[in-house]
Amino acid sequence: MKLPFSQKQKYVTNSVTWRISGQAGFGIAVSGDLSAKVAMRLGLYSHSYSEYPSLIRGGNNSYSLTVGSSKVYAIHKYCDILIALDKTSVDIHEKDLSKGGWIIYDSDIIPLESFRKNADYKLIGVPLSTIVKNNSSETVMRNTVALGVMFGYLGVDIDILKDSINSVFKSKNEKIVEEDIKNIEDGYKYSKENPLKDFYFRIEKNLNNDNIRQKIYISGNEAIALGAIKAGIKFYAGYPMTPSSSILHYIAGKQKQFGIVLKHTEDEISAANMCIGAWYAGVRAMTSTSGGGFSLMTESLGLSAITEVPSVYVVVQRPGPATGLPTWTDQGDLKFCLNASQGEFPRIVLAPSDVDEAFYATFQAFNLAEKYQLPVIILSDKLLAESPVVTEKFEYKDLKITRGETWIPGEKDVIPHGYKRYMQNNLNPTGVNPRTVPGVMNGIYLANSDEHDEYGFVSEEADNRVRMQKRRYLKFTEATKEIPEPVLYGPKHAKITFIAWGSTKGAIISAMEKLKKLGLNANLLHLLYLSPFPASSVSALIESSSNIYLVENNMTSQLGELIAQYTGYEISNKILKFDGRPIFPEEIVNFVLQNKKNKQIKKWLQ
Amino acid sequence: MATITNQNVSDFNSPNFPTWCPGCGNFGIWAAIKSSLVRLNIKPHEVLMVYDVGCNGNMCNTINAYGFHGLHGRSIPIAEGVKIANHNIPIIVTGGDGGLFGEGISHFLNACRGNPNITVILHDNQVYALTTGQTAPTSDQGYVSKSTPLGAIEIKLNPIALAITQGATFVARGFSGRQDEVTDLIVKGIEHNGFSFVDILQPCVTFNLVHTYPWYRERVYSLDENIENTEKYDRTNLVKAYEKSLEWGDRIPLGIFYEEKDKPSYQDDLDQLKDGALVNKNISNIDIDSCFDDFM
Repeated sequence: MKLPFSQKQKYVTNSVTWRISGQAGFGIAVSGDLSAKVAMRLGLYSHSYSEYPSLIRGGNNSYSLTVGSSKVYAIHKYCDILIALDKTSVDIHEKDLSKGGWIIYDSDIIPLESFRKNADYKLIGVPLSTIVKNNSSETVMRNTVALGVMFGYLGVDIDILKDSINSVFKSKNEKIVEEDIKNIEDGYKYSKENPLKDFYFRIEKNLNNDNIRQKIYISGNEAIALGAIKAGIKFYAGYPMTPSSSILHYIAGKQKQFGIVLKHTEDEISAANMCIGAWYAGVRAMTSTSGGGFSLMTESLGLSAITEVPSVYVVVQRPGPATGLPTWTDQGDLKFCLNASQGEFPRIVLAPSDVDEAFYATFQAFNLAEKYQLPVIILSDKLLAESPVVTEKFEYKDLKITRGETWIPGEKDVIPHGYKRYMQNNLNPTGVNPRTVPGVMNGIYLANSDEHDEYGFVSEEADNRVRMQKRRYLKFTEATKEIPEPVLYGPKHAKITFIAWGSTKGAIISAMEKLKKLGLNANLLHLLYLSPFPASSVSALIESSSNIYLVENNMTSQLGELIAQYTGYEISNKILKFDGRPIFPEEIVNFVLQNKKNKQIKKWLQ
Repeated sequence: MATITNQNVSDFNSPNFPTWCPGCGNFGIWAAIKSSLVRLNIKPHEVLMVYDVGCNGNMCNTINAYGFHGLHGRSIPIAEGVKIANHNIPIIVTGGDGGLFGEGISHFLNACRGNPNITVILHDNQVYALTTGQTAPTSDQGYVSKSTPLGAIEIKLNPIALAITQGATFVARGFSGRQDEVTDLIVKGIEHNGFSFVDILQPCVTFNLVHTYPWYRERVYSLDENIENTEKYDRTNLVKAYEKSLEWGDRIPLGIFYEEKDKPSYQDDLDQLKDGALVNKNISNIDIDSCFDDFM
């Protein structure tokens, strides 16, 4: 493997991946956020990724951040700098060090024998425990000292470190902030007192990025929460479940400011039904969960569909089945979400690829749910949900709320037997009827989980059943008309074509950039909407491409099966990963390059 | 309670007539619900009925009012969601032993804890009627049915005791054969600010051949009739109410077992509702600029 820089170059500037690792309870997540905010203050872009087991103390947590001077689409597989707070961190992560990388470690507690002889990486042993002890600080502050050391070597100004600490710890008391500043200063001082001639990595102010104040560092979960707040949710009901819980947490913290009521319910069944109750009464509502919780919510999907009361669910995937791998990532719930609940009914399923799409698609989900009076599922995963990235502030001023038709009867509209909420006639060729809510005079109807007539009263008549089913699907046909086609990233015609859905987009775009440098141009068809399925776009692309790769974070290639089902085409090149870890750009590149069966690629590479 | 009203019970009649068995206890509950709404001068469009699935739920076709006939066991969460969205709407939940205490028991006891301002009516026939007579959580131990041909092993669930111990602030029992009393209890339940629970003993004439009208008539008495004690029953005493809830057999008490008037309801404790119902909030132009500070 080549070094990541040429020998002539003095420094590798603004392109580095660092990783902080230690036990749960060592403050790994907080120091990771702190390191990202330092990079953001320099105008750098970044993509984070964290790994943690499902426990509160012990084990091994890690936080990685890839920074760059332009948008970073994915975390790199290998890290250039590893901060190791215990021996386990060395054991687990040293294999991921890039050639020429560095390990900053606590020399007070990690013996030198922990490291491989003749390794490609270099060591910076720092007495982190002694330094915090001298400051009368808790052991948990070692990470702050280590960050001071790392940013010292990276050439960052100390004032930026202090400003970042103030931002991250703004909710803490002054004494803690002062203590953190003292510790980061001591780490920083250590780096200046122990200069390293061959430490080539630097980060500095990004001159390509002139407006730092327009950037935010945000996760998929937070973007979804923000999208929902902007969409006007006034009620959220949910039950905590990793990795979805930070949606609940963020909205909980904003209840007073936005007049939202958040209810932590006894279970997910209750959460989903309460949301349907709120929607029925005329309030936008949302719930979020992971696969296990969604399993409990499934019956409510059909309730939303048959009563034509809108609903929005967020499902943040983790590897199943059952409890599975609670804190890891996966795309195994696509077909589950498309098919959950008994009976036949239409639903909209969308899977945002990144934090921007998470925000805008969530906003749009509410418009679609309300306009077409059906359930909408936002499908995310742990990678997107819990990996904050730097992006532009969301442009939301032009977003328009569409609440669908509401029937406000006039005084003369006296209706003896209630409102024909579920009527079908020539006046509603879209199948959608205006909604009323309790309190509206003459708008009385029954929302009924039984099959029903125009008023909502139970009806088991054959003709009525057929009419109702057809009308519910007619609404879906209408909705399909306004749903955008999938986006093609990269050139229209390329040597290599990827097809993917959800959060794998970032790794693929990053891989496309690497392939381009090797002379292989590639493009990506990314599916945001999985239901309705964009069969014609996918067919057209398959027909005009020669080397197609399917990329999915699951074992059975669920999108591949859908493509076969809807288009008749089977894609044989599948890049599948289902070990709970995200697909890294390097793995996609390697798969393509090592695809020996593909003579065409070999020829291109010669 | 004489309230002047310009409404009739027939205002709450839909064009459909109930499909219950002749003599079903549900008829009495159906009539009592409508009478109580008339007495409270609530108009059909001003109230929401939430029906669980079961024989009780078939009432959904027969009442002219906003209605939600949801999933089996999930009627209480629907009602709670509506109540938070629009706390000005009175909400009555009707459910059976199966929906409220089989499938949906966690919702019931958590609603007791939360004290939402809704009224829950239990159609208590100690049997699963719509599915043809299987054992309910409220059935007697040893009850022989299609699902328990060897006799139910579990002891019966005590709805009144459960509600009292989990924090419900209005707990009452009626008998559908005494329709005026049931009406009175429903009126008081709706008027009560907080979670009100009315357990209505309701003979199932087809599947429960033990707990018949005559069986009940021989046993029921009103807590206010004050027959056995000279001391007036104190419905604010939680411990006494619990003791009373255990009385079942030769004598079965009816009336208000427990009432806690001053406890704020779930809705009272929500500051977000102080300036009006959520449904009336304007959402067309929400400014989220300040949120970006969280991510800088």
